[in-house]
Amino acid sequence: MTDQPLFKKAFPVKGDFASAGEASVKVKNILKDIGYDSGVIRRVAVATYEAEMNVVMYGGGGEIVMAVNADHVNIIIVDQGPGIPDIKQALVEGYSTATEEMREMGFGAGMGLPNIRKNSNEFTIDSEMGKGTRLDLVFRCGG
Amino acid sequence: MKLKAIVDVLSLESPMETLDLERDVTGGYVSDLLSDVIAHTHAGDIWITLQVHPNTIAVATLKELTAIIVIGENAPAEAAVSKAASEGIAIFTTDLPAFEVVGKLYEMGLRGQS
Ligand SMILES: Nc1ncnc2c1ncn2[C@@H]1O[C@H](COP(=O)(O)OP(=O)(O)OP(=O)(O)O)[C@@H](O)[C@H]1O
Ligand SMILES: [Mg+2]
Repeated sequence: MTDQPLFKKAFPVKGDFASAGEASVKVKNILKDIGYDSGVIRRVAVATYEAEMNVVMYGGGGEIVMAVNADHVNIIIVDQGPGIPDIKQALVEGYSTATEEMREMGFGAGMGLPNIRKNSNEFTIDSEMGKGTRLDLVFRCGG
Repeated sequence: MKLKAIVDVLSLESPMETLDLERDVTGGYVSDLLSDVIAHTHAGDIWITLQVHPNTIAVATLKELTAIIVIGENAPAEAAVSKAASEGIAIFTTDLPAFEVVGKLYEMGLRGQS
């Protein structure tokens, strides 16, 4: 028997700052509307926002796919951007290649990826230079 | 504490046309780094910051913050104000330095939540 999600939906992420964050708000609102576990909603909101901002700032746009299951939520975030040359370094708190302009807007603390990792129960990051970056996240109820 | 009490004590101004001042504020947070705010604020918080652009509003929406107090000469951009209006987030401005704003809020009994 395959494990079919109760609900699955993809959200496009545009590469511009004006609409940045909107896909995460949609993801959160869907989970709220179906009355999902509030702890999972809180963690998904933080992680998805950070991942969406990275897709906007570095990935040039991409997609968020959410799959809701009875006891966990899967979130996949993909972009076809430049990729991350050194994933280990990118995961270090405080490491950032944000531009001066991004920093003036309050981005570039180098906390995004660490926040995503902290808020998810499973965190997998794959990145290939010139191809793009993919995050696979799992959020478990009661976890 | 009601938003109205805070607006009165600090004489806050707002670029928004309509405001619901009966909403509750349950805590406060000060930061200009969005990753810090998304990680550490709680629903119901009032957020004191220099930052005001549409992404700021996305953060406030996701964290269900009650209001944002913008410090300094940074006039909130129209795009941020209209987005805040549609999300039910109140934006205020003040000439007071951040230190004074936070001090007064603390004096009123508001606390940061850890
Ligand atoms: N999708 C991506 N594509 C390419 N590079 C990325 C991507 N996501 C992250 N990075 C790289 O990893 C670094 C660290 O990312 P992280 O989200 O932790 O911090 P930041 O985005 O720089 O700052 P903050 O998230 O605190 O605003 C980025 O500065 C960037 O160099
Ligand atoms: Mg980031």
